[in-house]
Amino acid sequence: MYGNLTIRPEDIENWGKKVHEEDPQKIAEFEARIDRGEKIEPQDWMPFEYRRQLIRLIEQHAHSEIIGALPEGTWITRAPNFRRKLALMAKVQDEVGHAQLLYSAAETLGKSREEMINDLLSGKSKYSNIFNYPAKTWADTAVIAWLVDAGAIINQTTNSKGSYGPYVRALERICWEESFHLKYGYDSVVYLATGTPRQRAMLQDALNRWWKPLMHFFGPPDSQSVHTEKLVRWKVKLATNDEMRQQFLDMYVPKIWELGLSIPDPNLRKNPETGRWEYSDPDWDEFWQVINGNGPCNKERLAVRRFAEEKGRWVRDALRSPEAKYVTPLA
Amino acid sequence: MIEALEILLLSLADDDLLIGHREAEWIGLGPILEEDIAFASIAQDETGHAQAYYQLLTDLGLPTPDEYAFKRSASQFRSAHLVELPNFDYDYAMALVRHFFHDAAEQVRLEALRQSSYEPLAGLAERLLREEKYHWMHAHTWIRRLGRSTEEAHFRLRSAIDQLFPYAWMVFEELPMETEMVEAGWLPPSSELRQRWLEKVMPILESLNLAPTFPSEDVLLPMRGGRHGLRSPYFDELYAEMTEVSSADPDAEW
Repeated sequence: MYGNLTIRPEDIENWGKKVHEEDPQKIAEFEARIDRGEKIEPQDWMPFEYRRQLIRLIEQHAHSEIIGALPEGTWITRAPNFRRKLALMAKVQDEVGHAQLLYSAAETLGKSREEMINDLLSGKSKYSNIFNYPAKTWADTAVIAWLVDAGAIINQTTNSKGSYGPYVRALERICWEESFHLKYGYDSVVYLATGTPRQRAMLQDALNRWWKPLMHFFGPPDSQSVHTEKLVRWKVKLATNDEMRQQFLDMYVPKIWELGLSIPDPNLRKNPETGRWEYSDPDWDEFWQVINGNGPCNKERLAVRRFAEEKGRWVRDALRSPEAKYVTPLA
Repeated sequence: MIEALEILLLSLADDDLLIGHREAEWIGLGPILEEDIAFASIAQDETGHAQAYYQLLTDLGLPTPDEYAFKRSASQFRSAHLVELPNFDYDYAMALVRHFFHDAAEQVRLEALRQSSYEPLAGLAERLLREEKYHWMHAHTWIRRLGRSTEEAHFRLRSAIDQLFPYAWMVFEELPMETEMVEAGWLPPSSELRQRWLEKVMPILESLNLAPTFPSEDVLLPMRGGRHGLRSPYFDELYAEMTEVSSADPDAEW
């Protein structure tokens, strides 16, 4: 699961500083390769800013996977039957597996997993805003698995057409697994939507709470985004936030309505003339509040990660100890 | 005979169901990502094994796996107390040692059950062993690795082993109606299985200077009764959590 890369003004303060020191010929060759549709590999020359932005992008993506495992993970032990319990365990395991793949992809650019995790824990590095909202009921896990993963698939399928080889290859596998999550999520949602009055109420309540974070999922509107032409040229960013949001609405609003659920936005409709969805302002102030650490679960999510980091330190120290190197391999 | 069969299969199934529950708690909180993934994978296997054991009873016209897992009273469970223990504030040494003891026991039990005269169980044991072999490999590889690393790791393992060894010992508590089961050729006596289990775990622990002393009857007293329907103090909280959703709307399908 993942949210879009959000580029804040302060992130690009140093934008271009290093670029001046770089050989224009090399940059031209690099851009020509990208124009030809070639993939950039770890050993290839790349501009400083390309490397920096990719590390940020992939690292945020990886962090989103491990933080994203937390809200759903707490429901594994409460899942109502074998079928759901096994599927949810497999799903959350996949998400942690995605983090592992993505940290490895980011490491090819020169930043270690340890450094990335330290930056997550210190708050320097971000993760998808959506995981700063709580999963209050079982229905939340169904909505997350269906709609958050649906958003993730749109985002990641887009990114998988990018220019950086290791990231693209990781994304191809991730999208394949996410498509199973979506099926699982939809199946769970259908059971609730066609179930008892209590189940239907639980589902509607979950959708009401998740709608705003879902609208935020692809990032602020294009009109508020800082310019990203260079990232588009380098195929780091492949679609605008609004394009992805429109795609999501187009694919999923009809399905949500079909299940007899309502969406908590009276202004949501598809304009027949423009073919685009119109909706109320989803409170972008809240989006920025959450990104800056003031969401309902920001502190808790990081506290859990710090706790796990602290509890596991002795194990990692043990694995690094010189004696361990002399153990005879067992298989 | 069906009563004895239910006792045997529930003992096997309940152990796997509950350890699967505890091991799943590690997803997202392991010491390294690879361990989150390994524990998630093992927990899935264990949960699936529980389902398969219950299913053998369902095939005889008894309740479904979901009914066994989510709709029983505490005294109808036959789990060993070892698998009911919590994760003690995410103490990885405790989790690893429990996994080591439990999966050694699984190996021993399943290898014996392959020869069971109850054919559906023998067939299932054969299938489960194919997955269990990786659990055992994971457990003893980590024990050996950490057992030969830092002083702190060694100390933590020792403390976990000392605490958990008596509980693991009681995994092989004599089952109700065990005489009938042994006579029917379903499985060897528990005391013999315990012996085989000791032969599996003790050499590894001895080689790491981590061998525990055998527990006295006094020590074992509070850990008795799991197979007879007596639950540990940790069970109620665990089971309330496991059934939180399913019991909220008993008529619902999920």
